[in-house]
Amino acid sequence: MDKLPQIILQISTYFVSAGIILTALRLIKGPTMADRVVALDAFTVISISLIVLIACIAGRVIFLDVGVVYAILSFIGVVAVARHIEGGL
Amino acid sequence: MELQQGIFILMGVAMIVSSIVAMYVKDLVSSVIAVGVVSLFASILYLILQAPDVAMTEAAIGAGLSTLIFLYALKRTRDTEEEND
Amino acid sequence: MEWNTLLGSILTLSGSIFLFLGALGVFRMPDLYNRMQAGTKATTLGTMLTLLGIGICHTEWLGQIIILIMFIALTNPISSHALARAAHFKGIPLTAKSVTDKLKEEESKEEVR
Repeated sequence: MDKLPQIILQISTYFVSAGIILTALRLIKGPTMADRVVALDAFTVISISLIVLIACIAGRVIFLDVGVVYAILSFIGVVAVARHIEGGL
Repeated sequence: MELQQGIFILMGVAMIVSSIVAMYVKDLVSSVIAVGVVSLFASILYLILQAPDVAMTEAAIGAGLSTLIFLYALKRTRDTEEEND
Repeated sequence: MEWNTLLGSILTLSGSIFLFLGALGVFRMPDLYNRMQAGTKATTLGTMLTLLGIGICHTEWLGQIIILIMFIALTNPISSHALARAAHFKGIPLTAKSVTDKLKEEESKEEVR
Protein backbone atom coordinates (compact mmCIF):
# COMPACT_ATOMS: atom_id res chain seq x y z
CA MET A 1 0.00 0.00 0.00
CA ASP A 2 1.60 3.20 -1.17
CA LYS A 3 0.82 6.50 0.47
CA LEU A 4 1.15 9.91 -1.09
CA PRO A 5 4.68 11.26 -0.49
CA GLN A 6 5.10 13.89 2.17
CA ILE A 7 6.64 16.60 0.00
CA ILE A 8 3.78 16.45 -2.53
CA LEU A 9 1.29 16.77 0.32
CA GLN A 10 3.13 19.81 1.70
CA ILE A 11 3.32 21.62 -1.64
CA SER A 12 -0.33 20.90 -2.46
CA THR A 13 -1.46 22.09 0.96
CA TYR A 14 0.49 25.32 0.57
CA PHE A 15 -1.07 25.99 -2.85
CA VAL A 16 -4.59 25.27 -1.60
CA SER A 17 -4.06 27.44 1.50
CA ALA A 18 -2.84 30.30 -0.68
CA GLY A 19 -5.98 29.89 -2.78
CA ILE A 20 -8.16 30.05 0.32
CA ILE A 21 -6.40 33.22 1.49
CA LEU A 22 -6.84 34.88 -1.94
CA THR A 23 -10.54 34.03 -2.03
CA ALA A 24 -10.99 35.30 1.52
CA LEU A 25 -9.29 38.57 0.49
CA ARG A 26 -11.83 38.95 -2.33
CA LEU A 27 -14.58 38.22 0.18
CA ILE A 28 -13.22 40.97 2.45
CA LYS A 29 -12.65 43.48 -0.36
CA GLY A 30 -15.61 42.81 -2.63
CA PRO A 31 -17.51 46.04 -3.27
CA THR A 32 -21.03 44.62 -3.55
CA MET A 33 -22.93 41.72 -2.05
CA ALA A 34 -22.89 39.62 -5.26
CA ASP A 35 -19.08 39.69 -5.37
CA ARG A 36 -19.01 38.23 -1.89
CA VAL A 37 -21.41 35.47 -2.88
CA VAL A 38 -19.21 34.55 -5.87
CA ALA A 39 -16.19 34.48 -3.57
CA LEU A 40 -18.13 32.20 -1.17
CA ASP A 41 -19.01 29.88 -4.04
CA ALA A 42 -15.35 29.46 -5.02
CA PHE A 43 -14.31 29.33 -1.37
CA THR A 44 -16.44 26.32 -0.44
CA VAL A 45 -15.15 24.25 -3.36
CA ILE A 46 -11.52 25.02 -2.48
CA SER A 47 -12.17 24.24 1.19
CA ILE A 48 -13.59 20.80 0.32
CA SER A 49 -10.25 20.07 -1.31
CA LEU A 50 -8.43 21.31 1.81
CA ILE A 51 -10.59 19.06 4.03
CA VAL A 52 -9.67 16.01 1.94
CA LEU A 53 -5.98 16.99 2.07
CA ILE A 54 -6.18 17.24 5.87
CA ALA A 55 -7.80 13.79 5.89
CA CYS A 56 -4.85 12.52 3.88
CA ILE A 57 -2.38 14.13 6.29
CA ALA A 58 -4.10 12.75 9.39
CA GLY A 59 -4.79 9.37 7.78
CA ARG A 60 -8.32 8.95 9.15
CA VAL A 61 -11.17 8.00 6.84
CA ILE A 62 -13.93 9.68 8.88
CA PHE A 63 -12.66 13.12 7.83
CA LEU A 64 -14.04 12.46 4.35
CA ASP A 65 -17.58 12.41 5.77
CA VAL A 66 -17.10 16.00 6.90
CA GLY A 67 -16.27 16.88 3.31
CA VAL A 68 -19.43 15.20 2.01
CA VAL A 69 -21.65 16.94 4.59
CA TYR A 70 -20.02 20.28 3.85
CA ALA A 71 -20.47 19.84 0.09
CA ILE A 72 -24.22 19.21 0.46
CA LEU A 73 -24.88 22.06 2.89
CA SER A 74 -22.74 24.68 1.16
CA PHE A 75 -24.62 23.98 -2.08
CA ILE A 76 -27.91 24.59 -0.27
CA GLY A 77 -26.53 27.79 1.26
CA VAL A 78 -25.27 29.26 -2.02
CA VAL A 79 -28.54 28.48 -3.83
CA ALA A 80 -30.50 30.06 -0.94
CA VAL A 81 -28.44 33.27 -1.17
CA ALA A 82 -28.93 33.34 -4.96
CA ARG A 83 -32.70 32.97 -4.58
CA HIS A 84 -32.64 35.75 -1.99
CA ILE A 85 -30.82 38.07 -4.39
CA GLU A 86 -33.29 37.27 -7.16
CA GLY A 87 -36.21 38.05 -4.89
CA GLY A 88 -37.64 34.66 -3.99
CA LEU A 89 -37.26 32.59 -0.78
CA MET B 1 3.29 18.60 12.77
CA GLU B 2 4.82 21.80 11.44
CA LEU B 3 2.52 21.82 8.43
CA GLN B 4 -0.58 21.45 10.59
CA GLN B 5 0.60 24.28 12.85
CA GLY B 6 1.06 26.51 9.80
CA ILE B 7 -2.45 25.81 8.53
CA PHE B 8 -3.81 26.31 12.05
CA ILE B 9 -2.29 29.80 12.46
CA LEU B 10 -3.30 30.85 8.93
CA MET B 11 -6.91 29.73 9.36
CA GLY B 12 -7.14 31.34 12.81
CA VAL B 13 -5.98 34.74 11.52
CA ALA B 14 -8.36 34.53 8.54
CA MET B 15 -11.22 33.58 10.90
CA ILE B 16 -10.60 36.64 13.10
CA VAL B 17 -10.40 38.95 10.05
CA SER B 18 -13.63 37.61 8.54
CA SER B 19 -15.46 37.99 11.87
CA ILE B 20 -14.32 41.64 11.96
CA VAL B 21 -15.70 41.99 8.41
CA ALA B 22 -18.99 40.51 9.62
CA MET B 23 -19.16 43.23 12.27
CA TYR B 24 -18.24 46.28 10.18
CA VAL B 25 -19.81 45.64 6.76
CA LYS B 26 -22.83 47.77 5.78
CA ASP B 27 -24.96 45.20 3.97
CA LEU B 28 -26.79 42.61 6.06
CA VAL B 29 -26.61 39.76 3.52
CA SER B 30 -22.84 40.26 3.27
CA SER B 31 -22.71 39.98 7.04
CA VAL B 32 -24.60 36.67 6.89
CA ILE B 33 -22.11 35.39 4.30
CA ALA B 34 -19.17 36.43 6.48
CA VAL B 35 -20.71 34.57 9.44
CA GLY B 36 -20.92 31.45 7.25
CA VAL B 37 -17.24 31.82 6.37
CA VAL B 38 -16.34 32.11 10.08
CA SER B 39 -18.22 28.87 10.67
CA LEU B 40 -16.29 27.17 7.85
CA PHE B 41 -12.95 28.26 9.31
CA ALA B 42 -14.04 26.95 12.72
CA SER B 43 -14.91 23.63 11.08
CA ILE B 44 -11.42 23.37 9.55
CA LEU B 45 -9.85 24.21 12.92
CA TYR B 46 -11.87 21.44 14.58
CA LEU B 47 -10.64 19.06 11.88
CA ILE B 48 -7.02 19.93 12.59
CA LEU B 49 -7.69 19.40 16.32
CA GLN B 50 -8.81 15.79 15.52
CA ALA B 51 -12.51 16.25 16.30
CA PRO B 52 -14.41 15.19 13.16
CA ASP B 53 -17.87 14.89 14.76
CA VAL B 54 -17.73 18.43 16.14
CA ALA B 55 -16.54 19.64 12.74
CA MET B 56 -19.44 17.90 11.02
CA THR B 57 -21.98 19.49 13.39
CA GLU B 58 -20.39 22.92 12.99
CA ALA B 59 -20.47 22.65 9.19
CA ALA B 60 -24.10 21.51 9.16
CA ILE B 61 -25.41 24.17 11.53
CA GLY B 62 -23.15 27.06 10.53
CA ALA B 63 -23.21 26.67 6.76
CA GLY B 64 -26.68 25.32 6.08
CA LEU B 65 -29.12 26.00 8.85
CA SER B 66 -28.08 29.41 10.21
CA THR B 67 -27.70 30.90 6.70
CA LEU B 68 -31.21 29.79 5.75
CA ILE B 69 -32.73 31.05 9.01
CA PHE B 70 -30.94 34.41 8.79
CA LEU B 71 -32.04 34.93 5.17
CA TYR B 72 -35.65 34.02 6.00
CA ALA B 73 -35.61 36.46 8.94
CA LEU B 74 -34.13 39.21 6.73
CA LYS B 75 -36.88 38.71 4.16
CA ARG B 76 -39.61 38.89 6.79
CA THR B 77 -38.29 41.94 8.60
CA ARG B 78 -37.51 43.89 5.45
CA ASP B 79 -41.16 43.68 4.38
CA THR B 80 -42.46 45.24 7.60
CA GLU B 81 -39.80 47.98 7.59
CA GLU B 82 -40.82 49.05 4.10
CA GLU B 83 -44.43 49.20 5.23
CA ASN B 84 -43.51 51.49 8.12
CA ASP B 85 -41.57 53.86 5.89
CA MET C 1 8.22 4.29 -6.60
CA GLU C 2 5.11 2.51 -7.80
CA TRP C 3 3.16 3.78 -10.79
CA ASN C 4 0.02 4.66 -8.83
CA THR C 5 1.99 6.83 -6.40
CA LEU C 6 3.58 8.69 -9.31
CA LEU C 7 0.22 9.17 -11.08
CA GLY C 8 -1.48 10.29 -7.87
CA SER C 9 1.29 12.77 -7.11
CA ILE C 10 1.10 14.33 -10.56
CA LEU C 11 -2.71 14.57 -10.39
CA THR C 12 -2.72 16.08 -6.89
CA LEU C 13 -0.04 18.64 -7.73
CA SER C 14 -1.68 19.76 -10.99
CA GLY C 15 -5.08 19.96 -9.28
CA SER C 16 -3.73 22.15 -6.49
CA ILE C 17 -2.08 24.43 -9.08
CA PHE C 18 -5.46 24.71 -10.86
CA LEU C 19 -7.09 25.62 -7.52
CA PHE C 20 -4.50 28.32 -6.88
CA LEU C 21 -4.93 29.79 -10.38
CA GLY C 22 -8.70 29.82 -9.98
CA ALA C 23 -8.40 31.66 -6.68
CA LEU C 24 -6.02 34.14 -8.33
CA GLY C 25 -8.63 34.71 -11.03
CA VAL C 26 -11.27 35.33 -8.37
CA PHE C 27 -9.00 37.89 -6.78
CA ARG C 28 -7.85 39.77 -9.88
CA MET C 29 -10.62 39.68 -12.52
CA PRO C 30 -12.32 43.05 -13.13
CA ASP C 31 -15.96 41.97 -13.27
CA LEU C 32 -18.46 39.79 -11.44
CA TYR C 33 -19.10 37.49 -14.40
CA ASN C 34 -15.41 37.08 -15.20
CA ARG C 35 -14.79 36.28 -11.57
CA MET C 36 -17.58 33.72 -11.60
CA GLN C 37 -16.18 32.06 -14.70
CA ALA C 38 -12.69 31.79 -13.21
CA GLY C 39 -14.01 30.69 -9.86
CA THR C 40 -16.24 27.93 -11.20
CA LYS C 41 -14.44 26.21 -14.06
CA ALA C 42 -10.93 26.20 -12.65
CA THR C 43 -11.94 25.23 -9.13
CA THR C 44 -14.21 22.42 -10.34
CA LEU C 45 -11.43 20.91 -12.44
CA GLY C 46 -8.85 21.43 -9.70
CA THR C 47 -10.97 19.82 -7.00
CA MET C 48 -11.77 16.83 -9.20
CA LEU C 49 -8.08 16.31 -10.07
CA THR C 50 -6.93 16.65 -6.45
CA LEU C 51 -9.53 14.25 -5.10
CA LEU C 52 -8.82 11.75 -7.90
CA GLY C 53 -5.09 11.85 -7.15
CA ILE C 54 -5.64 11.18 -3.46
CA GLY C 55 -8.12 8.42 -4.32
CA ILE C 56 -5.60 6.74 -6.63
CA CYS C 57 -2.94 6.75 -3.91
CA HIS C 58 -5.25 5.64 -1.05
CA THR C 59 -7.15 2.91 -2.80
CA GLU C 60 -9.37 2.02 0.17
CA TRP C 61 -10.91 5.53 0.16
CA LEU C 62 -11.84 5.42 -3.51
CA GLY C 63 -15.60 4.85 -3.06
CA GLN C 64 -16.25 7.91 -0.91
CA ILE C 65 -13.98 10.05 -3.07
CA ILE C 66 -15.89 9.06 -6.23
CA ILE C 67 -19.15 9.98 -4.49
CA LEU C 68 -17.64 13.38 -3.59
CA ILE C 69 -16.38 13.95 -7.15
CA MET C 70 -19.79 13.12 -8.64
CA PHE C 71 -21.50 15.41 -6.18
CA ILE C 72 -19.21 18.34 -6.97
CA ALA C 73 -19.54 17.77 -10.73
CA LEU C 74 -23.32 17.81 -10.40
CA THR C 75 -23.90 20.68 -7.97
CA ASN C 76 -21.20 23.27 -8.70
CA PRO C 77 -22.53 24.31 -12.16
CA ILE C 78 -26.07 24.51 -10.76
CA SER C 79 -25.13 26.92 -7.99
CA SER C 80 -22.99 29.01 -10.34
CA HIS C 81 -25.81 29.21 -12.88
CA ALA C 82 -28.28 30.29 -10.20
CA LEU C 83 -25.86 33.00 -9.06
CA ALA C 84 -25.23 34.31 -12.59
CA ARG C 85 -28.94 34.40 -13.38
CA ALA C 86 -29.73 36.24 -10.14
CA ALA C 87 -26.93 38.78 -10.73
CA HIS C 88 -28.02 39.45 -14.30
CA PHE C 89 -31.67 39.93 -13.44
CA LYS C 90 -30.76 42.18 -10.52
CA GLY C 91 -28.99 44.46 -13.01
CA ILE C 92 -25.36 44.27 -11.99
CA PRO C 93 -23.42 45.89 -14.86
CA LEU C 94 -20.77 44.26 -17.01
CA THR C 95 -17.28 45.71 -17.15
CA ALA C 96 -16.51 48.50 -19.61
CA LYS C 97 -14.34 46.28 -21.83
CA SER C 98 -17.06 43.75 -22.57
CA VAL C 99 -18.21 43.49 -26.17
CA THR C 100 -21.67 41.96 -26.25
CA ASP C 101 -24.54 40.88 -24.00
CA LYS C 102 -26.68 38.27 -25.75
CA LEU C 103 -29.18 37.82 -22.93
CA LYS C 104 -30.06 41.52 -22.83
CA GLU C 105 -30.48 41.56 -26.63
CA GLU C 106 -32.84 38.59 -26.42
CA GLU C 107 -34.86 40.31 -23.69
CA SER C 108 -35.20 43.51 -25.73
CA LYS C 109 -36.35 41.46 -28.74
CA GLU C 110 -38.98 39.76 -26.58
CA GLU C 111 -40.24 43.14 -25.39
CA VAL C 112 -40.53 44.46 -28.96
CA ARG C 113 -42.65 41.50 -29.93
